[in-house]
Amino acid sequence: MSLLEVDNLQTAFHTRDVIVRAVNGISYSVAPGETLGIVGESGSGKSVSQYSLLGLLPTPPAKVESGTARFEGTDLLSASPAELRKIRGGRIAMIFQDPMTALNPFMRVGKQLAEPLLLHGDLDKGVARKEAIQALNDVGIQDAEAALNRFPHEFSGGMRQRIMIAMALITRPALLIADEPTTALDVTVQAQILSLIKKRQEELGMAVVMITHDLGVIAATCDRVLVMYAGQVVESATRTELFRQSAHPYTQALMASMPALHHEGEALYTIPGLPPDMTRPIPGCAFAPRCAHAEPACQESAPTLQAVSPEHETACLRIQSGSLTRAHLHAETQV
Amino acid sequence: MNDSLLTVNDVKTHFQVKRGPFYKRQHGVLRAVDGVSLSLREGEILGLVGESGCGKSTLARTIMRLLPITSGAVTFNGKDLTNYERDALRRVRPEFQMIFQDPYASLNPRKTVYDTLAEPLLTHDIVERSAVATEVGRLMETVGLAKRFVRKYPHEFSGGQRQRIAIARALALRPRLIIADEPVSALDVSVQAQILNLLRTLCKEEQLAMILISHDLGVVRHMVHRIAVMYLGKIVEQGPASDVFDHPRHPYTRALLAAILKPTADAAATLSELVLKGDPPSPVNPPSGCAFHPRCPWATAECAASTPPLIACGEGHEAACIRLDAVGATVPK
Repeated sequence: MSLLEVDNLQTAFHTRDVIVRAVNGISYSVAPGETLGIVGESGSGKSVSQYSLLGLLPTPPAKVESGTARFEGTDLLSASPAELRKIRGGRIAMIFQDPMTALNPFMRVGKQLAEPLLLHGDLDKGVARKEAIQALNDVGIQDAEAALNRFPHEFSGGMRQRIMIAMALITRPALLIADEPTTALDVTVQAQILSLIKKRQEELGMAVVMITHDLGVIAATCDRVLVMYAGQVVESATRTELFRQSAHPYTQALMASMPALHHEGEALYTIPGLPPDMTRPIPGCAFAPRCAHAEPACQESAPTLQAVSPEHETACLRIQSGSLTRAHLHAETQV
Repeated sequence: MNDSLLTVNDVKTHFQVKRGPFYKRQHGVLRAVDGVSLSLREGEILGLVGESGCGKSTLARTIMRLLPITSGAVTFNGKDLTNYERDALRRVRPEFQMIFQDPYASLNPRKTVYDTLAEPLLTHDIVERSAVATEVGRLMETVGLAKRFVRKYPHEFSGGQRQRIAIARALALRPRLIIADEPVSALDVSVQAQILNLLRTLCKEEQLAMILISHDLGVVRHMVHRIAVMYLGKIVEQGPASDVFDHPRHPYTRALLAAILKPTADAAATLSELVLKGDPPSPVNPPSGCAFHPRCPWATAECAASTPPLIACGEGHEAACIRLDAVGATVPK
């Protein structure tokens, strides 16, 4: 039984001249308590796919063209703004990349923390204050009582991210959507924040959707992974499967171009070309023009996700037909 | 030291921190760079790493003389730049150029690629006026940009292409040293690799020296000959890249290396082990003694008492830690 079930989500931005198809028919599910990673480069649609669910995109220009998203019996995509308001910040919480812009600079931390409780929980202020102190303690902020009376600018970047996590989790959500939660942080602080999210996830038994461009973050935190390219899911696998034997040339190329896996002096593996223009319909596989393994057929028919093994799906036509093996794919990108 | 292209000797860059709405009163001194010495040979690539606020960008800007030096000396190619002023600086600047992090902000949006690249050529009389067009074409070719883009504006390019334009602009003056301040951190992984490969090839082919500043140790490891690790305005460890990466000696370097999240299947298990406690402290009010001691698992009372000097611990390898023996030379798994 999945917690969130998204089916054929399509989101487009209608500007005066063009239509940008940011998310192009993606389907996935999130089980209670699991961590699903969504990885992709900028413009791949990973953030838009999540923002669409919570009605956080400015409409217009954004428009959810089709799809359903079942969460605890409600279809988020057809829910009224009032229904969505109840779920958002209550059962589904979100944390963002930049805590300085996500926190209100004019509001004391204590008031911001208690706000979701007062809106969703019907608590009186004294209880809410106690909960806020507890929430700050839970994310490792010492002297929480004093912290309640301070403003966001008085904290460091890592501390602000902790406050944002405290605020998101104060209503004990069933699902946390984390949009690049550590991209703005230093590496040593990144490790702190990721293990904090992990610890709170275990304590609360919530599911996490981790949006990131960093395969290192995926490897450290996720159970299952969706790889997105040009608004589509090109591969879906468990973490171990993905890193041991990925089944899509894009995923493989992405891994091969990471400097962390190279020895000094080696040239990095590079992906030629640029991501496609999303304002035009893409006839075949969106990655085909940059793919080292593309055949004429790849440019013609659009691939769909097909299972290559249990819990592992790929949208690569050549892997599906068996004309390209996973072992061969790996050998190719070894520098 | 005689063959070094750039020598930085005990450089300090301090800023006055002032508070108050009208009559600004001195509130403190921010020691962004606090006594850094390093040297760079012709064609050598030095990696400068550290977390935000450690002073790596301030050091770069001080070397470029974009910021005033509080004390110390910067010698480039035998010339002591410390007291150079406007005109004299202008004459030597072609020899050292800078590439910035954000290619969206560092290019003039109202200039075409041609204008951007031709301006330095003309200002510094690098080539004859009649040869400018050819030279612009050559520069574009060097950085892998198609010549048909010559009349385009920055907004018509992707991030990676813009960074190529910025690199071409830096190369236009035929510099001997390039300082690249986080040149790829605004770019996607696949584009990052292209730009890093380009920088490496350029350094090799043109015998360019480079200081590569990055917070990403993966990027640095791949590129550099030597590496310097900064923490709170000071260099805490420096040495040959392979040595520092394989046998890090300073506890901070170890923590930094351990915090790299490797994209492998069994990385999840390690996350909880590599957590370094606390945030980097404020450079206005640094901890006493070794600035790293409040976060260091090996720290003793002695560490808080006095600032440790850089101690030699291998061929060209030094670390500023008084407990090097206790920390040991084995890499924590």
